Amino acid sequence: MSRRAAAAVAARVLAQLRRDPRTLTLVVGVPCLLETLLKELFSGQPHVFQHVGAPLLGLFPFVTMFLVTSITMLRERVSGTLERLMTLPLGKLDLLAGYGIAFALLAAVQAAVVSVLAFGALGLETNGPRVVVVALAVGNAVLGSALGLFFSAFAQTEFQAVQFMPAVVFPQVLLCGLFVVRGSMATWLRWLSDALPLTYAYDALAHTASGTFDGRFAVDVAVAVGAALLALGLGAATLRRRTA
Amino acid sequence: MRETRKLTAVRLERLRVVRGGTLVLRDLDCEVPAGRVTGILGPSGSGKTTLLRSIVGVQRVEAGTVTVLDHPAGTAALRSRVGYMTQAPSVYGDLTVRENLRFFARILGASAHAVDEVIDRVSLHDERARVVNRLSGGQRARVSLAAALVGSPDLLVLDEPTVGLDPVLRRDLWELFHELAEHGKTLLVSSHVMDEAARCDTLVLLREGRVLAQGTPDELRREAGADDLDAVFLALVERQAR
Repeated sequence: MSRRAAAAVAARVLAQLRRDPRTLTLVVGVPCLLETLLKELFSGQPHVFQHVGAPLLGLFPFVTMFLVTSITMLRERVSGTLERLMTLPLGKLDLLAGYGIAFALLAAVQAAVVSVLAFGALGLETNGPRVVVVALAVGNAVLGSALGLFFSAFAQTEFQAVQFMPAVVFPQVLLCGLFVVRGSMATWLRWLSDALPLTYAYDALAHTASGTFDGRFAVDVAVAVGAALLALGLGAATLRRRTA
Repeated sequence: MRETRKLTAVRLERLRVVRGGTLVLRDLDCEVPAGRVTGILGPSGSGKTTLLRSIVGVQRVEAGTVTVLDHPAGTAALRSRVGYMTQAPSVYGDLTVRENLRFFARILGASAHAVDEVIDRVSLHDERARVVNRLSGGQRARVSLAAALVGSPDLLVLDEPTVGLDPVLRRDLWELFHELAEHGKTLLVSSHVMDEAARCDTLVLLREGRVLAQGTPDELRREAGADDLDAVFLALVERQAR
């Protein structure tokens, strides 16, 4: 593992993002718009916004970074730059760490801006510390990146890569407990929910919102971190120095 | 005095490669001399790119051995000693020329000075702050070439580096290739244009995944009894067919 190489990759990815201000605006602007919509939509039932506002804030980076990473990695494969990188003194872990650092930084900016809006102008309240919400958001970004990296290996075009978003992300969002309390799901759906990493990420956020930092919270964080590491490992396995 | 160097930079023994179900390299044997410009010539589909990919170690190989600078191709020890330029420019289109080269230089541990030097070498000084996607095809190819040069590797593997360039730039690049060879670097340059063959020190003529002939341009002319290298190629193909 080379710190120099990982830093070079992170700096390069950030330079590419900097050259694309429209994407940056969307990454930060869309969650702000959605949080505002949510607040206005439930203006008659303010407890709904108070209940889902914080978990949603923490889940945005998961969705965003899944997409951004899968497209970036797909481009890297298609343009031949990945093949060039594989001939250079750059470890697969260096490459993944570089991506992880860059997208975690982007997620931190996204979560910080959305937090300022949600906790400020929109009046969102949490019992747990807000900084934990932001920290979990950054963690979810890494989880999203790791999954995006892995699934990008199965896409040959950007059209295909984009379709993996609804295929991989939507079921997890539906089943994580945000829409329906997990206890009232059919058994098989709850089992499915148990097997999906976003369930634990959501649960950790819900615990932070309610301020109940019990053993369950620790398990949630541990499982989410483990899932991110597993996905990174699977993603690394899709990076091949030799291809057919 | 130039340092003493080993005679062979790359050795391929009974190399067999299958791509997409077809046999692309058929038990190919070949040696590339060190400190020279070696041209890999042959019609498209003859296996040039596959051969170069095998040498840089990104090609899955069915059988045979590839030895590069005394190491098996693709081993970690070679990654800072072999520079590879793919046929399609493999650089980041959304970054500037300089940002691209800075990135590859940092991975190779090369200095910022080395970046400016290679930019001048490929005549892109005036374009250095421009985003690669806005450059012409020939300029983009030169960014890709510069990325292969930036770590000053001992072996340069260049897949059709002069395609789409005007005659002046082509002459300049061939001068650069020979200058690098003068300094002890080994260059492997593929081309499907026979008039570039005359500029190489030695030639490997490929056809249907096999080496048709190998030698200096003069040796090949003598062997085939023809002056023009296109005619040489045709004569050798006919001789093989007989």
